Amino acid sequence: MPQAEPLLTVSDLSLDFGTPRGRLHALRNVHFAVPKGRIVGIVGESGCGKSTLAHSLMRLVPGNADIVAGTIDFEGENILELGERRLRELRGQRISMVFQDPMTALNPVTTIGRQMYEIQYRSKRSSAEKRTAAIEMLERVGIPDAASRLDAYPHHFSGGMRQRLCIAMALLTRPALLVADEPTTALDATLEVQIINMLKDLQSDLGCSVVFVSHHLGTVAELCDDVVVMYAGEVVEKGPVREIFHRPSHPYTQALFECDPGRIKEKTRELPTIPGELPDLRNVPGGCIFKARCPKAFGRCEREHPEPYVAEGEDHVARCFLLDEEEVAA
Amino acid sequence: MLFYFIRRLGLSVIVVVLAVTILNVMLHLVPGDPAVMILGPRATPELIAKTREAMGLDRSFPMQMAIFFGNVLRGDLGRDVFTDRSVTTIVMEQLPYTLMLITASIAWAAALGIPLGCYSALHRNTWLDKITGVLSVSTISIPSFVMALYALLAFAVGLKWFPAVGAGEGFADSFHHLVLPAFAVGISWVGYLARIVRASMLEVLGETHVRMARAFGLRERKIVVAYALRIAVLPAVTLIGAGVAYLLSAAVFAEVIFARPGIGALIVKAVDSRNYPIVLGCVLVTTGIIVVATLISDLVNAWLDPRVRENL
Ligand SMILES: Nc1ncnc2c1ncn2[C@@H]1O[C@H](COP(=O)(O)OP(=O)(O)O)[C@@H](O)[C@H]1O
Ligand code: SF4
Ligand SMILES: [Mg+2]
Repeated sequence: MPQAEPLLTVSDLSLDFGTPRGRLHALRNVHFAVPKGRIVGIVGESGCGKSTLAHSLMRLVPGNADIVAGTIDFEGENILELGERRLRELRGQRISMVFQDPMTALNPVTTIGRQMYEIQYRSKRSSAEKRTAAIEMLERVGIPDAASRLDAYPHHFSGGMRQRLCIAMALLTRPALLVADEPTTALDATLEVQIINMLKDLQSDLGCSVVFVSHHLGTVAELCDDVVVMYAGEVVEKGPVREIFHRPSHPYTQALFECDPGRIKEKTRELPTIPGELPDLRNVPGGCIFKARCPKAFGRCEREHPEPYVAEGEDHVARCFLLDEEEVAA
Repeated sequence: MLFYFIRRLGLSVIVVVLAVTILNVMLHLVPGDPAVMILGPRATPELIAKTREAMGLDRSFPMQMAIFFGNVLRGDLGRDVFTDRSVTTIVMEQLPYTLMLITASIAWAAALGIPLGCYSALHRNTWLDKITGVLSVSTISIPSFVMALYALLAFAVGLKWFPAVGAGEGFADSFHHLVLPAFAVGISWVGYLARIVRASMLEVLGETHVRMARAFGLRERKIVVAYALRIAVLPAVTLIGAGVAYLLSAAVFAEVIFARPGIGALIVKAVDSRNYPIVLGCVLVTTGIIVVATLISDLVNAWLDPRVRENL
């Protein structure tokens, strides 16, 4: 399939966290694109930098974060160079975000209706129209009896319902890009399936692009068009979802598959466990970032840092020397 | 809601009865006969006996208490031993001065402490934050009567900016007289409130819903006030409500030092002269103030937070 025109292009993004024990290099040379109208999944173990990456897409990073290099091109603008004002215009308008924990993501002392009204503050519509828009969106995400629920507070809703509320809020302004950071991780498997199906329907209705973060391959397989696999702050493999699932080319992706049957219906709620630990990102080791845990590591992996090599079709690349023509030849 | 009020009321009655009973026991343990105190050392035994009877001291202790509470229910706190004026009238005359002092102290402490705490949280580790931190801790540790004495010496005796004694007459003059005592009583609360608000503000600002508000591009001022501060002041409100008891004791010192009328001054004089009915009346009223203060802080919290409201 030919790549659609990109909506968002992340190039060479590197981000450090200032910590008491030194700089933590949480993202290093991250590169990927989100085509218009497509769903891109970001997978990796916990601590791989998925949230950090997702949040930096709208420059919503913690105070100790320092974006040291790269560009994030969104609709012709570099997010990383925008002024605060322009950035605020994009947030919640062109790019929206859904957070991991629906129990804490909503303002606990304000009604749902008021919160949905407030995020439309830029719109010139009348209050009645804003209210109608809110009700309509609540109905779309499956909140029963939406009109009467506007006066309810977040704690009146269950976790699954709250995540629906968050999704409704995120899509209310019809953004071009929805960033969802593990929106189903805090929910049980049945709810997860419901939310995923709903997201899929909404996405095809509204035609927006989605960046979907998950540590669960099954969820990604179900929902996404493209996959970005992250390990310890690097993109180690990326490509169309079918490619990745049929021919995982990076040993890390392969290990993820071995730990995770990849079927969403099954009760595999624990994180995938691959033997070994993530490297210390304060002193990033030289060579391949995965070498300490890689069953196929060899001499060159110690010395050199692999670049992305093409695996199968053009769009499928992996940072592993096993794909290098020279190695294959040898 | 109704249940909340019934519970609060029941609790208040218990607190008042306990306070007054304990006080009565204590007063009876103090050496010296009140009748002798009033009549002076040269009184005849007959006269003493008669006075004791008039004061009800000849009856058993539980009987005295029963009569006292019976009268309280009718709004009668007894009569001043010396002037025979109604205690209710005397206490009510003094009450406004103390209420004014406490309200003024809370008002200025909150008006300064809450924004300072908020600012400190938003500008962590800036010089103003650090100065507030040091000042808070030092004002918290200085007893309020020491503060009152220094304030009196510096601003009334030394600089002569404010009157040293009394409560003044008329609005402007009363206000002028109120400044120094309110300063002395409220100053440690500025620090308290600033620290509390700073801590809870930092906590709330780190919460996901504030991040979410940012992700929606809401205005920073809106986020700080409506999304963070509104939640972060809850513990401060509770603290003020619970702290009124401490404020009252600080007010006693301030009233004595600044020679202001008020419940504190009244109570000190009455204890000194064994004027039991006045002492009991004052205790009753101050306990009432504490109960009402807790009630108000509960209601303010309920107004700010629907979760509290629903649990009332
Ligand atoms: N505010 C922060 N300060 C310092 N380190 C952080 C901060 N946030 C995340 N990290 C570190 O960055 C790495 C990536 O974290 P994160 O993006 O949350 O991973 P994921 O979402 O994949 O679980 C981790 O090593 C984590 O400890
Ligand atoms: S480059 Fe070497 S160490 Fe790294 S994943 Fe490939 S084989 Fe393993
Ligand atoms: Mg995460």
